[in-house]
Amino acid sequence: MVDHVLIKNGRVIDPANNLDEVCDVLILDGKIAEIGRFNGAVAKSVERVIDATGKLVTPGLIDIHVHFREPGDEEEETIASGSAAAVAAGFTSVVCMPNTNPTIENETDIEYVHRKGRQARKTHVYAMGAITKKREGVELAEMGMMAEAGARGFTDDGHGVQDVSVMLRALKYARMFDRVVAQHCQDDRIVGQGVMNAGYYSTILGLPGMDALAEESMLWRDIQLIRKTGVRYHAQHISTAGSVELIRQAKKDSLPVTCEVTPHHLLLTEEMCAEYDTNYKVNPPLRSKKDVDALKGAIADGLVDALATDHAPHLQSEKELEFLAAPFGIASIECALGLYVKALIDPKILDWPGLIRLMTLNPARIIGIDKGTLGRGRQGDVTIIDPDAEWVVDVNKFVSKSRNCPYHGWKLRGKVDKTLVGGELRFEAD
Amino acid sequence: MSRILNIVERHTHHSSRRQHSMTMAIMRKGKQFRWQRKHLIGLRDLSAEEIHYILDTAQGFEQISTRSVKKAPPLRGKVVVNLFFEDSTRTRTSFALAASRLSADVVEFTMKNSSVSKGETLLDTARNLESMGVDIVVIRHNAAGAPKLLSRNINACVVNAGDGYCEHPTQALLDVYTIRQMKGSLEGLKIAIVGDISHSRVARSDMWAMTKLGAEVTLVGPPTLMPADVGRLPVNTSYSLDEVIEKVDVINMLRIQFERLGGNPFPSIREYSRYFGLTVERMQRAKPDIVVMHPGPINRGVEMESEVADGTNSVILRQVTNGLAVRMAVLFLVNQAAAETPA
Repeated sequence: MVDHVLIKNGRVIDPANNLDEVCDVLILDGKIAEIGRFNGAVAKSVERVIDATGKLVTPGLIDIHVHFREPGDEEEETIASGSAAAVAAGFTSVVCMPNTNPTIENETDIEYVHRKGRQARKTHVYAMGAITKKREGVELAEMGMMAEAGARGFTDDGHGVQDVSVMLRALKYARMFDRVVAQHCQDDRIVGQGVMNAGYYSTILGLPGMDALAEESMLWRDIQLIRKTGVRYHAQHISTAGSVELIRQAKKDSLPVTCEVTPHHLLLTEEMCAEYDTNYKVNPPLRSKKDVDALKGAIADGLVDALATDHAPHLQSEKELEFLAAPFGIASIECALGLYVKALIDPKILDWPGLIRLMTLNPARIIGIDKGTLGRGRQGDVTIIDPDAEWVVDVNKFVSKSRNCPYHGWKLRGKVDKTLVGGELRFEAD
Repeated sequence: MSRILNIVERHTHHSSRRQHSMTMAIMRKGKQFRWQRKHLIGLRDLSAEEIHYILDTAQGFEQISTRSVKKAPPLRGKVVVNLFFEDSTRTRTSFALAASRLSADVVEFTMKNSSVSKGETLLDTARNLESMGVDIVVIRHNAAGAPKLLSRNINACVVNAGDGYCEHPTQALLDVYTIRQMKGSLEGLKIAIVGDISHSRVARSDMWAMTKLGAEVTLVGPPTLMPADVGRLPVNTSYSLDEVIEKVDVINMLRIQFERLGGNPFPSIREYSRYFGLTVERMQRAKPDIVVMHPGPINRGVEMESEVADGTNSVILRQVTNGLAVRMAVLFLVNQAAAETPA
């Protein structure tokens, strides 16, 4: 279905073109045709006119880190349910992580994710492939053929590549393809059986801790490998003050290193685990206030390239287990925007254009897709946001299949009003 | 001394006078105090007053074990289940005996290694127990926080008999009870807890109880067996038993839990004992009236030489005896609190 749409009178924010003004966006044949002021005649010629007065009109939001659990754990989430949740949260593109069952590790797997995404007809659904077969960190997965099939990068997410020689080989091999290699930085030997941040709270709660060093030592190691190989590298969900300093140095040295931060590492801290509520069990773990402040500082300093939810749905029955036994993960995609507003706009760390950049243009560049801007000729992926709308998170109203969300009951500001994908209205708030 | 005991008997035989008896029980140092917890999850949350109250209650129960008829009736008709997900001999036996001395029916429920893949979840187990109408669940679990999880999902009283390396409240209660017995009070005492602090729930519960009761606690062990951020705890730490041994009034030697030690935290048992073993030689440098404790079971020759374990300063067996009275007190109090709070 081809769509001609005119979005009128919104505050149009397009960081790629340094645009932030009240005007109209014209979409013809599903593509951005023009941004400016249009008269009534144009309005009559299009099929749909959207009045965006008082709203923000931004490039479609992009989340480069989601777990939609398909194939393998469809009772937790599917690509259909996950992308429906995503589009309701203003996202027009998402990148699924390969830690499914089986692992996304060859071109057929990548094509499977794409096909399920197309069938769902919600957001664009991309995938990263595994760096190593079965994410075991031993043998390289078929990176070349996955790249050909459209994989947006490679990661063993959920897990870091432990063996330095394997990681070095992966980075060297990845030189053949223009794809990012992403890492969940965590040294398994340091982390051991840890289930929360190592510190005062893990000590008094009697839970095995995950030392910040586990993240930082692998990130440090990888940065040295990037110095040698020069491959584009993306540090996923960095969570510690030490990681911020490593990223700062890497950027100072002009290395091709990017990083992302999740909403929970900006809003939640380790002491929230004190009641053994497994909704706060996440990997990397919630850290200290000092780390949260460092991450916010990093965003203020422009060191953080992208915001990503790490949406990680789990069954209620699994999250009802003992803290030690429950799985890691927070399902947060549906409240992402409001969480970022709370973490970054309310305390004046970012303004709206700054936030939109971290949710559109930058993530698009990391994964190498021609999106994240309202430039002429681009696909009509547009998100319309009511920046002042206040709402209360209610997990029971989630489109996602899962409810493992610690933000239930939180009052948030900033709500997605409409989401257009390729000029087609895919979500509209009631 | 037998105030509580009297109350217990009066309470059951003259239920009309219950109100009056309870008022008696809640008089401590002339101050009105009312025990209100139907769960005993940990000592971190308890006030000094609450801890003293349990100890005073235990003192009232101490006599029962020495009588020819070792039973009192306050839990008659009540069901206590020993829900143990981890091996235990003495704690389980002690709880079973304590419950039966209070005339409760005791059910043993042993499950090894709870995990979602190996069968029923803890909450499903809890729902089943609930359906059977149990009154008090005594739980030991390898996962810290399991008793709390259970207490949020069950109407019965929950008593923690050890969770992961979080807390073992009744062990610490019997430890402070024993110290109080030996020294009169914990106020101002210097106490060392020696060994594998990081994996020890006893160390944590002891630390909370002892510091709340006014003792100055020093944790002693190799840095590889100290928990994270130990500096933020209300205690001193030391890596040298030799420096500490001369100063302390009480020393609690933790068991090296070989089953919990991951990845070689010290080079050998020989070297561990060299630095952290309580030897006859070290005892010669200690205060003559030092109280030597151990939560058991002892690895003789590892944390303590046999001569010390069996020596005159050792109160290890007294601890076991006191454990019974303390556990009776805990069961009695949580049951009473449950009876007073509407479901």
